[in-house]
Amino acid sequence: MNYPAELKYSKSHEWVKMEGDVAVIGITDFAQDALGDVVFVNLPSVGDSVTAGAAFGDVESVKAVSDLVSPVSGEIVEVNEALADAPEVFNSDPYGSWIIKVSGITDTEELLDAAAYEAFCAEEA
Amino acid sequence: MKLIFEKSVKGRGSSILGKCDVEYAALPEALARTQAPALPEISETDLSRHYTELCHNVHGVNCGFYPLGSCTMKYNPRIDEEIAALPGFTAVHPLAPADTTAGCREVLDKAGEYLCEVTGMDGMTFQPAAGAHGEFTGILLIKKYHDSRGEAHRNKIIVPDSAHGTNPATAAMCGYQVVNIPSAPNGCVDLEALKAVLGDDTAGLMLTNPNTVGIFDENILEITRLVHEAGGLCYYDGANLNAIMGAVRPGDMGFDCIHMNLHKTFATPHGGGGPGAGAVGCKAHLKEFLPTSALMEGEGALQMRSFAGNFLVVVKALAYIMTLGREGIPEASANAVLNANYLMRRIQGTFEPAFDRICMHEFVLDLSEFKKRTGVSALDVAKSLIDYGMHPPTMYFPLIVHEALMLEPTETESRETLDWAADIFRKLYELAETDPEYMHNAPHSAYIARPDEVRAARTPILRYTAE
Repeated sequence: MNYPAELKYSKSHEWVKMEGDVAVIGITDFAQDALGDVVFVNLPSVGDSVTAGAAFGDVESVKAVSDLVSPVSGEIVEVNEALADAPEVFNSDPYGSWIIKVSGITDTEELLDAAAYEAFCAEEA
Repeated sequence: MKLIFEKSVKGRGSSILGKCDVEYAALPEALARTQAPALPEISETDLSRHYTELCHNVHGVNCGFYPLGSCTMKYNPRIDEEIAALPGFTAVHPLAPADTTAGCREVLDKAGEYLCEVTGMDGMTFQPAAGAHGEFTGILLIKKYHDSRGEAHRNKIIVPDSAHGTNPATAAMCGYQVVNIPSAPNGCVDLEALKAVLGDDTAGLMLTNPNTVGIFDENILEITRLVHEAGGLCYYDGANLNAIMGAVRPGDMGFDCIHMNLHKTFATPHGGGGPGAGAVGCKAHLKEFLPTSALMEGEGALQMRSFAGNFLVVVKALAYIMTLGREGIPEASANAVLNANYLMRRIQGTFEPAFDRICMHEFVLDLSEFKKRTGVSALDVAKSLIDYGMHPPTMYFPLIVHEALMLEPTETESRETLDWAADIFRKLYELAETDPEYMHNAPHSAYIARPDEVRAARTPILRYTAE
């Protein structure tokens, strides 16, 4: 399992990378492993607002449908539309598969660093 | 095995269908197709063999044990089929003159009356085609109710995280915002979590009781009281009614409306055998919103389906209820609960229940520790059961239990069958220690072993094309 040190993590298994004041958000290696093969992703639209701790979309694997939970509050400025046609990249490259970029951030969930997140996952597994 | 289309030979046919004995009515040219449809052409012998072969490749309740949790795969008594096959029921049309269909109407009235008695409701509709359609109908009743009181601002439906996936889907389809609440450690509703989300925007709560881990929520009266106090209504998902029918009534628990899957609880075949029937019952204050058939009875507030719903399924359900009677109905539930507890305790010591307490009609095994130790997953165990002639239990549900196997033996299994099933589970538990590889590759005897679910979901082939 891979936990890149430069990222921050939510307890609902999303990763966040800050690019200036824009938050880039995806799902973690642990999340894709727990989900199994992802077959569908329900993406939000640019301009939608997201709320920390609330769902902004969902991913469907052969096992289950899971909410994508936003770790921040703000407005979506970019959506990775390519995921809709190739949801398998969540499995092959979770940290390369960003889902949304959020700006105008007003609130952030309590986020973990890589070491704390790894420990959290070890407990969950 | 070849598809029926692949067996087609041009010019071949059978005489199963008689000559058309009414005049052909020509369609307007613009609507007529220019090319004949590519229907399979096949002899009667080959046709018969084709479907017999398909029949040999499936597993039904009549073939063997089918403990598919949450689906209530009980035996369907033949007498129900015999009664539903009477020409007085099969050879009628819903628009036939009322004086020629009095018997059919009596079936609907009687079935409604009995089901109201079983559930503690005041009104019943048989329009919904099956369970999810029933949920949809029930939540629309709740919506109509709030609208009629000028409370259309109530826009949230509360659903626990242990719910069947159809619950949040139904609420969303009805235009509601879904509020998910976490379960307490015992799998029941967390009262504090419920209180925290209740408010004047609450339209209602959707709940299954016993819940999806097979536990009866003992706080149910408090739960429905809290929802009503906030101005919301309570919806009972009847998926697990088989655990309590005739013993406890959802209406007495405080629920305002309910759907039942007649095709499971009331022993009419389901699982590919369709059609189903998702009867919806409600308390008096929702009765005026029940759907009616505009064609049969004039304009109604709601119409969910044509005519009176899947009528013959209701006939079977009524035959079942009348065969069992007032004593038999609760006895069936009691035996369903007894069988589940017996099987759970016979398996325990190997695969462990997720909640070690008396269960209702079904129980959930938690294989997460087992998987960590042996590498054998719930899927591997489920697949291995197929080699023994047992239908796998429900897997990976409810989502609050990891590596879940959910077993519902139903009341129609004998003690011998339950012992046989428990022995197989115990055998597989040991096999996982010695030969996990064998289980990773199971089943070894089935016609199709492990279909590629990922490819099926990502690039589904939905219809046959010649090339």
